[in-house]
Amino acid sequence: MTEVPRFWREIPQRYNLIGNKCRKCDWINFPPRSICKKCNDHDFERFDLKGEGKIITYTIIRAAPLGFEDLVPYAIAIIRLDDGPRITAQIVDCDSSEVDIGKRVKVCFRKIAEDGKAGAISYGYKFKLV
Amino acid sequence: MDVGIVGYGSYIPVYRIKVEAIAKVWGQDAETMRKGLKVDEKSVPAPDEDTATIAVEASRNAMLRARINPKRIGAVYVGSESHPYAVKPTATILAEALEATPNLTAADFEFACKAGTASMQAIFGLVKAEMIEYGVAVGSDTSQGAPGGALEYTAAAGGASFIIGKANLIAKLNGTRSFTTDTPDFWRRERQAYPRHGGRFTGEPAYFKHILTASKNMMNGLGLEPKDINYFVPHQPNGKFPRQAAKKLGFTEDQLLQGLLSPQIGNTYSGASPLGLTAVLDIAKPDEKILLTSYGSGAGSDSFVFTVTDKILEVQGLAPKTSDYINKKKYVDYGTYAKYRGKINLADE
Repeated sequence: MTEVPRFWREIPQRYNLIGNKCRKCDWINFPPRSICKKCNDHDFERFDLKGEGKIITYTIIRAAPLGFEDLVPYAIAIIRLDDGPRITAQIVDCDSSEVDIGKRVKVCFRKIAEDGKAGAISYGYKFKLV
Repeated sequence: MDVGIVGYGSYIPVYRIKVEAIAKVWGQDAETMRKGLKVDEKSVPAPDEDTATIAVEASRNAMLRARINPKRIGAVYVGSESHPYAVKPTATILAEALEATPNLTAADFEFACKAGTASMQAIFGLVKAEMIEYGVAVGSDTSQGAPGGALEYTAAAGGASFIIGKANLIAKLNGTRSFTTDTPDFWRRERQAYPRHGGRFTGEPAYFKHILTASKNMMNGLGLEPKDINYFVPHQPNGKFPRQAAKKLGFTEDQLLQGLLSPQIGNTYSGASPLGLTAVLDIAKPDEKILLTSYGSGAGSDSFVFTVTDKILEVQGLAPKTSDYINKKKYVDYGTYAKYRGKINLADE
């Protein structure tokens, strides 16, 4: 079952890739953190990620978790964003054979999950090949 | 005070299915269907796309062209006949994705294929009344056509978004008129997966009567004739009706074809005539006039005349053009299309 309150809390990062930047060491955290991953400081400013980057590794999902069975085969990639952070996301609108390490990708807004036919729908970021 | 369009954007899913692929499954003659409808293929939404995701993508493109702070948006209206929720607005999802929340009003509109222009008209009114500075009006749909039915050849997906305001206009609104009657030519009852239509009844007393009357009233109201209009963009349920409507009104094919997208993408319902308008704005020149007339079953037409300003040239290249989306496509077979559109009953349903 989709966790509605958790998805609701994460709307800024899921809809608009909003992270935070440590004022002490300039490290960009995504998802935003309350303690800097790099220097453990607590002082942050908002940082809007631009949503472009390249694939640094990927896998093709053929045995999907519950709720994602209809999408197989689909690619999940780790993407190095141009702003610095790495992000894990689905690559859409392509055959899985087109996905490769080093390819440029751009963010898009998609349905992530739904809690059956009667439950809430969660939206957020996925990526497509440029 | 002038009001008009400040930014515009479009979005069409990448997947397409050809008329041949549908006709083959149902034992129909593809050539007859293609010639009858004047449609070659239609867009198909990916399984993770819906009216909300299309509205967001189109509106983000519109914001790239409008170049305004989203916090200055006072209203977000989304017109569709395929809102993802029966109760829970698409417009709040869009408003949040644009970071326009929380000091604004938002609502969903529904009026078959003219819900998009209904939302445009409402936003023009709010801006004209100086109740808001900017508003977002969207027509977006992932429309439904029953398997084996005539609508399955055309029911498509896509959307267009307009940022409307009173400063830095790229297209000034010269006027808007509507024509509305209670005409049951097409409907979908509560909890029904697919709509029904009145066959030939959808033509003369429905589409043509409303489109022609609204367009004539609009031109007469402004003292315009077809020769004064550079582009005519009517609702486009197929490729045939718009051509007939244009001819009856006295427009040439040259005035029609730039905004006629249905032969390549099908009928995107609430997105249809708004998407045609985006395709025209993509190539329009300053001082050109555009007549947009939607049609929504049930039934009504909203007609608008716009005059393009010299600012259009600054924004045309700031976001993907509608032709970019039309030309980028991947074909699917009928089985894949049926799966993507949820037409297959699974064992546990």
